[in-house]
Amino acid sequence: MPKDHGIGASPKRREDVRFLTGAGNYTDDINVHGQAYVHFLRSDMAHGKINSIDTSAAEGMPGVVRIFTGKDFEGVGGLPCGWQVTDKNGDPMKEPPHPVLAQGKVRHVGDPIAAVVADSLEQARTAAEAIVLDIEELPAVVDMAKALQPGATKVHDDLADNLCYDWQFGTDTETTDAAFMNAAHVTTLELVNNRLVANPMEPRVAVGDYSRARDEHTLYTTSQNPHVIRLLMGAFVLGIPEHKLRVVAPDVGGGFGTKIFHYAEEAFCTFAAKACNRPVKWTSTRSEAFMSDAHGRDHVTKIELALDKDNNFLAVRTDTLANMGAYLSTFSSSVPTWLHGTLMAGNYKTPAVQVNVKAVFTNTVPVDAYRGAGRPEATFQLERVIDKAARELGVDPIALRRQNFITQFPYATPVAVEYDTGDYEATMAKMEELMDIKGFAARRAESEKNGKLRGLGVNCFIEACGIAPSNLVGQLGARAGLYDAATVRVNATGSISVLVGAHSHGQGHETVFPQVVAEMLGIDESMVDIVHGDTSKIPFGMGTYGSRSLAVCGSAMVRATEKIINKAKKIAGHLLEASDADIELKDGKFTVAGTDKSVAWGDVTLAAYVPHNYPLEDIEPGLEETAFYDPANFTYPAGAYACEVEVDPDTGKVTIEKFVSADDFGNVVNPMIVEGQVHGGIAQGIGQALLENCAYDENGQLLSASYMDYAMPRADDIPHMANYVVDHSCQTPCTHNPLGVKGCGEAGAIGSPPTVVNAVIDALHSGGHTHVSHIDMPVSPSRVWAAINGQ
Amino acid sequence: MTKVTMTVNGKTVSGEVKGNTLLTEFLREDLRLTGTHVGCDTSQCGACVVHVNGEAVKSCTMFAAEADGAEVTTIEGMANADGSLNVIQQAFQDYHGLQCGFCTPGMVMSAAALLKENPKPTEAEVRDHLEGNICRCTGYHNIVRAIMAASGQDVPAVAAE
Repeated sequence: MPKDHGIGASPKRREDVRFLTGAGNYTDDINVHGQAYVHFLRSDMAHGKINSIDTSAAEGMPGVVRIFTGKDFEGVGGLPCGWQVTDKNGDPMKEPPHPVLAQGKVRHVGDPIAAVVADSLEQARTAAEAIVLDIEELPAVVDMAKALQPGATKVHDDLADNLCYDWQFGTDTETTDAAFMNAAHVTTLELVNNRLVANPMEPRVAVGDYSRARDEHTLYTTSQNPHVIRLLMGAFVLGIPEHKLRVVAPDVGGGFGTKIFHYAEEAFCTFAAKACNRPVKWTSTRSEAFMSDAHGRDHVTKIELALDKDNNFLAVRTDTLANMGAYLSTFSSSVPTWLHGTLMAGNYKTPAVQVNVKAVFTNTVPVDAYRGAGRPEATFQLERVIDKAARELGVDPIALRRQNFITQFPYATPVAVEYDTGDYEATMAKMEELMDIKGFAARRAESEKNGKLRGLGVNCFIEACGIAPSNLVGQLGARAGLYDAATVRVNATGSISVLVGAHSHGQGHETVFPQVVAEMLGIDESMVDIVHGDTSKIPFGMGTYGSRSLAVCGSAMVRATEKIINKAKKIAGHLLEASDADIELKDGKFTVAGTDKSVAWGDVTLAAYVPHNYPLEDIEPGLEETAFYDPANFTYPAGAYACEVEVDPDTGKVTIEKFVSADDFGNVVNPMIVEGQVHGGIAQGIGQALLENCAYDENGQLLSASYMDYAMPRADDIPHMANYVVDHSCQTPCTHNPLGVKGCGEAGAIGSPPTVVNAVIDALHSGGHTHVSHIDMPVSPSRVWAAINGQ
Repeated sequence: MTKVTMTVNGKTVSGEVKGNTLLTEFLREDLRLTGTHVGCDTSQCGACVVHVNGEAVKSCTMFAAEADGAEVTTIEGMANADGSLNVIQQAFQDYHGLQCGFCTPGMVMSAAALLKENPKPTEAEVRDHLEGNICRCTGYHNIVRAIMAASGQDVPAVAAE
């Protein structure tokens, strides 16, 4: 029987009731009394020199409160980058200024030039049209290879060129070269990891409020990590001390990474609320989101795989160009380096792995972490080159992977991380069973009868989640700690508020976290509530990204609950006139071991707050504990994915007929929610593989700036339920966090893109189109048709 | 400014609107019924779906003045009279058909319109009907299951076919 409560159960989500009845409280639902509205006048050219901005006519327009330009922000800091990457020559990365409003130049379509604050949004928009801009258009750099050519137009005039850093990592060149020299076979693949836009359904919103009487700022914002915003904006941009700055991220309508970062609009609304002495609200339109939300991926990679005569992997070498866009977004520099290079060993015992990454400035929107962040890029290239190698060598792609699996743990990779635990054979075997690999030939024959080509794609993946040990990431250049924090506040009657640093924007923390605390205390989950998303209420935690909430913040919550239990046992011992060492807690009752003497949970909590009969000389009254948890290592979820596609050779259309994921997430607290996370990740991975593409033309014009131009998966792009299984029954618990959990939020988006592309290539080969070794994502009908027809 | 009067969730309401005021703005800002969401501004995402005279409508694409005299139902009007979740809402909770909740009101309104027209849709019909609603969190799987369940069908049996 599945459990009906506690760890391992799937209770219905308590947050659902408000979302299903229209009672959610998203940032755009918040109106502060007397608020004004801001409209940003954004650059419509990719690159230009600002000669003048004439706001005089606009200032007299109806309803205008004030118009701001870059000049108003000259004494204010720029938007900071949170991770310092070091070039292989030892120099720090190039870190050009990122002003809140453009100063001197515009560097991408969407770069904010001026901000009009007015009584109504319509008045602000109308006045913005009366601003006269004299901007001299400059040639734009869009293509990364061209941006690195000598003499290329520079995005930042003060830099020598458009190179942010040239990073090398892993095995040294001599050893790597020797491995390739000794190889019996080398497979090479050049590919693009397509530029994506995260597109959470809720556009970004910021509302700044300021109290002159108290000299206090409040920012309501669509953030995954309100404390990170408070830290970055307060310390680096506006110079507001923490105790005068409250950041609230209420219900947030999806994030997927793009709501981690500190954005100009947040700083603007906070700044302008004080300057105008009036609350200022900004709500992004969807087109604005496309040109101001950080984008994702956008790597161009050459990967080489060296194998010996027995098909053992000898070495992997990669060369990647990573697009930074026009400015460094908050964690942009870390994505193609520490979140990508460290995963290039994959699930395999390849002795030599060398990763080379050049990060490039271009006249495009900044690029930063998007669901998976570096790990999908690593997985895609590795699993594609392995598939190509199998085809070149004429061996079974599953067998080739199996033969090279890491089987002994802990395992130190050549790229600096140590996998604590895993069982890649188990997930592979589970995938084969669920996929019915043996039945594939018959299914292919059936497709062929209908004039379709059917392909089977498989791949493995590993990711590093639960970021991360602060001392390690500090050495690697992180400018923040990556611990998390939780306070367990037990009330007099025994109910509990748990104040957590993690932020829930779809992950279901309000349901899952109480499952853990309630199980530890043996009380009903309904007695535990979660508080998150408000820096004035919660301890200084670092928020939700990198599949870290349960692994890091959940661990802090466990530690705080352990402290509660220890203190409660002392109180119980006093009430029972026994030593606290003899007190046992079970089913919400404290019992003197070996006796029938007991007190209930509520007796103890009441005693803590009404300490009439209480050991005041030994312990303080009250029952509230905080823990900060800094992980000892990353966690390493892994899995094996498979899909079958049908390709229509006449049109190039690809449909996914069957999909299976077999994941190892370690222990699972709420299976329903874990499966939901994987469904969502896989849909985004299918989107990347088949549909999504953020496109610029050669002049830096953004061609995909609305939902009419940027294709995302709809319900009929996903396999039907009879042909779709997500499994997490293979569980090797994480060895270093108290719950043994690894994280599940990104796996689907990491594991699925290569699966789909591998399947398409397999289908084409089955149809005799053996000249097609790769098709770049999105594998659209036109690209497939062109590949089939040699175009 | 034009005066409009309509019935929203069973209550008669009126307000002064401009010619270019969208129905979604009237609902969200004038009536403060903020359950109806705006996700895309271009009629693609369906987060703003409401019912106007019984038909599913994207309220970001309709002027408030066009709804003068109409019967409008929003997500706030979908629960049972005692406040409990209606059968579609309950199925979304039972089958984990929502995560961040932002697309959810539109999904529920769209599902309600489907089941009114087609009380026992096939899985393909459900997926086809959701063409105008984008969800970025759930990957649709559990939304489809929820709608099938709300129509009284045995979801595990459908999945086993």
